[in-house]
Amino acid sequence: MTPEIGHYALVLAFAIGIIQGCVPLYGAQRNDPVLMAAAVPTAVAQFVFIGISFTALTVAYVGSDFSVVNVFENSHSLKPLIYKISGVWGNHEGSMLLWVLILALFGALVAVFGGNLPLSLKANVLAVQSWIAVAFILFILVTSNPFLRLVPAPAEGRDLNPLLQDPGLAIHPPLLYVGYVGLSISFSFAIAALIEGRIDAAWARWVRPWTLLAWIFLTLGISMGSYWAYYTLGWGGWWFWDPVENASFMPWLIATALLHSAVVMEKRNALKIWTILLAIVAFSLSLIGTFLVRSGVLTSVHAFATDPTRGVFILALLVLFIGGALALFAWRAPLLKQGGLFAPVSREGALVLNNLLLVTACMTVFVGTLYPLALEAITGEKISVGAPFFNATFGPLFLLLLLAVPFGPLLAWKRGDLPGVAQRLMAAAAVALVTMVGTFAILGAGPVLAPLAIGIAMFVILGAITDFAERTAVAKVPLGTSFRRAVGLPRSAWGTMFAHLGLGITLLGIVGETQFGAEQIAEMKPGQTISISGYDFQFDGLTTQQGPNYRDQVARFTVREGGDVVGILEPSKRTFPSRSTTRTEAALMGRGFSQLYLSLGDLSPAGTLAVRVYHKPLVLLIWLGTIVMVIGGTLSLTDRRLRVGAPKPARGKPAMQPAE
Amino acid sequence: MRWLRLIVVLLLLVPASHAVAVQPDEILKDPAQEARARVLSKQLRCMVCQNQSIDDSDAPLARDLRILVRERLQAGDSNSQVLDFLVQRYGEFVLLQPRLHWRTALLWLAPLILLIGGGLILFLIARRRGGTSATDMAAPQGGVLTADEERRLAGLIKPEDR
Repeated sequence: MTPEIGHYALVLAFAIGIIQGCVPLYGAQRNDPVLMAAAVPTAVAQFVFIGISFTALTVAYVGSDFSVVNVFENSHSLKPLIYKISGVWGNHEGSMLLWVLILALFGALVAVFGGNLPLSLKANVLAVQSWIAVAFILFILVTSNPFLRLVPAPAEGRDLNPLLQDPGLAIHPPLLYVGYVGLSISFSFAIAALIEGRIDAAWARWVRPWTLLAWIFLTLGISMGSYWAYYTLGWGGWWFWDPVENASFMPWLIATALLHSAVVMEKRNALKIWTILLAIVAFSLSLIGTFLVRSGVLTSVHAFATDPTRGVFILALLVLFIGGALALFAWRAPLLKQGGLFAPVSREGALVLNNLLLVTACMTVFVGTLYPLALEAITGEKISVGAPFFNATFGPLFLLLLLAVPFGPLLAWKRGDLPGVAQRLMAAAAVALVTMVGTFAILGAGPVLAPLAIGIAMFVILGAITDFAERTAVAKVPLGTSFRRAVGLPRSAWGTMFAHLGLGITLLGIVGETQFGAEQIAEMKPGQTISISGYDFQFDGLTTQQGPNYRDQVARFTVREGGDVVGILEPSKRTFPSRSTTRTEAALMGRGFSQLYLSLGDLSPAGTLAVRVYHKPLVLLIWLGTIVMVIGGTLSLTDRRLRVGAPKPARGKPAMQPAE
Repeated sequence: MRWLRLIVVLLLLVPASHAVAVQPDEILKDPAQEARARVLSKQLRCMVCQNQSIDDSDAPLARDLRILVRERLQAGDSNSQVLDFLVQRYGEFVLLQPRLHWRTALLWLAPLILLIGGGLILFLIARRRGGTSATDMAAPQGGVLTADEERRLAGLIKPEDR
């Protein structure tokens, strides 16, 4: 009965979605407040019904109802509860249901917390949001129904792909989806603005918190996914330039660009058309990402769906939404008035440069991801575009961008003073340069890129600190005054500092891991020891343990540094009988920001165990940096001017500091 | 008793499907040659895998290719000779970083075209804007508008009228 309720609720959500997509839009055209107001209850109802549908599927999973095909194919009665729940979105149908759930969630949030939006804008935004939902609910109902029954019901399920049975999977996709799908709101705002033919600085203020929210979750999701790959895939890689990773990274790059251009729009009423375009492109890339992942056109590490009918359906949705949005843009954008002027060297100019570099970097990833597909389709020739290509092209572009990052926040609006800013960054640059030369001297004739990247990372980190010092006038005024200034800084200024700081920290981690890591591969017998970067690993022996739905072969290693035991590492090989697959469970040990990483290979008939040991210097900074970025985003989100639903400040007292 | 446990474990370990990529028995004696082999392996695709280099993959084919790369290096091939050899055998598909060729020209030049093209557009816009703001502040240099400026002016005024 429960699956039928879920199915029925989804159909109801579809019907409500059609009403939500038409009535408020018509109301906005007719300027009828009653019709426009219909957007709010329908948006909430749509979310509630998709919520019921999602809950019904979850109930089927938790109760191991194998009469439902989807549950039978992706679950197992012995699976721990957390993986029964995460199994709901560990497959194509369920993940699409999560997709529309989050889409409807954002719609409902705007409906409930968007009290300060003009009625017509709100009506149009929710209508556009609903068109997307309707299209994707239809996609689920027609091609990917998760509620189909199986008669007779099998006694046991086929289990979830063991690689996906991990706490990482429980968290990673929902985070990523909130980010990915959250960009739909920016898209809906952009389309609503084009429909109304009116856009101003207030629009940027309304759309920014939503973009920021999506960006925060996208950052977290990508970062989590990267850490998940790092510890599960067993060779310590954390970014593979896999098409599916690129699919989430491209919207991130454009969302980052959008956040920056929306600042210019909000502050200076400039870059309006460009900001609208970015909002459209950001979500379009989310849709393209969904298409790439869901249609199976790419066969990649993450691919778990291959069905051409789905591919064609999503492609049709893609053409409809992206094509429609761009056509509307081409038609209406010229109507929008251009705003404030600014000199090339100014805060606006810096943000434009940021946008140019981010968009170029994104397009590089885009071309690299789709080029092999296009070439094969046109000429039939197969080529590969992998990590070496992206490192060679994206890398320099991003380093260039990072080099410019410290300048941006220090430049004044309208007309900046570049020599003055350079002078203020002198200390940061000097320290960065010394670090660079020092690294170069220690490394000798090593790779040139490593010292350069470290120098740039230091420059970004110190640049963020310089920005803070400048704003609070540390060492120029009494400490108490500085402190009061720091407290009085707009939260968005804090946000900028943290976000940029995090960027530098991540880069430092990337350089540490890729340039200074060490690796040792060996055959070991119990009692033997191998050494790497000053650590000794002694293989103590193997034991077997039984898990709920797997069997673990655990190898025990004693780790010593300079003769002292610093810990025990227990990597294992995990066998899942239900799918007769084996997965390597690496063991990790933190040493400050660095990590020791141990994973197992095969046992040879001679009784030796293949072992891979890595020392990964500063590797934790990669993810720590993203957390710092997320803190920055969150601080910025709490800025009074941007707070979701906050009324316009009544006091009319402008903030002392220019905010980001 | 440890050996007994090991035997039990060995018996339990029937399908050992998952293994870490480079196996200890593949490693070359000469560290310099091994390092070159690793660098090359990272640039070569495991053709039966999904976006994995032969350095990362544990597929049997990847192992065969890793051994092949090492054999060529031991035979005295240079890095590019090894790559040439593999391309000849398996086609361009084996390279994770495609070579510059007319078919891949667009791929390689895309970042440059975008950066330079985008920069140029921005420069033109900035110059145009710069010109307009200069007229705000100072007297225009010439007295007469060119045909191009006239057209641009018309374009600027129109949206205001609607």
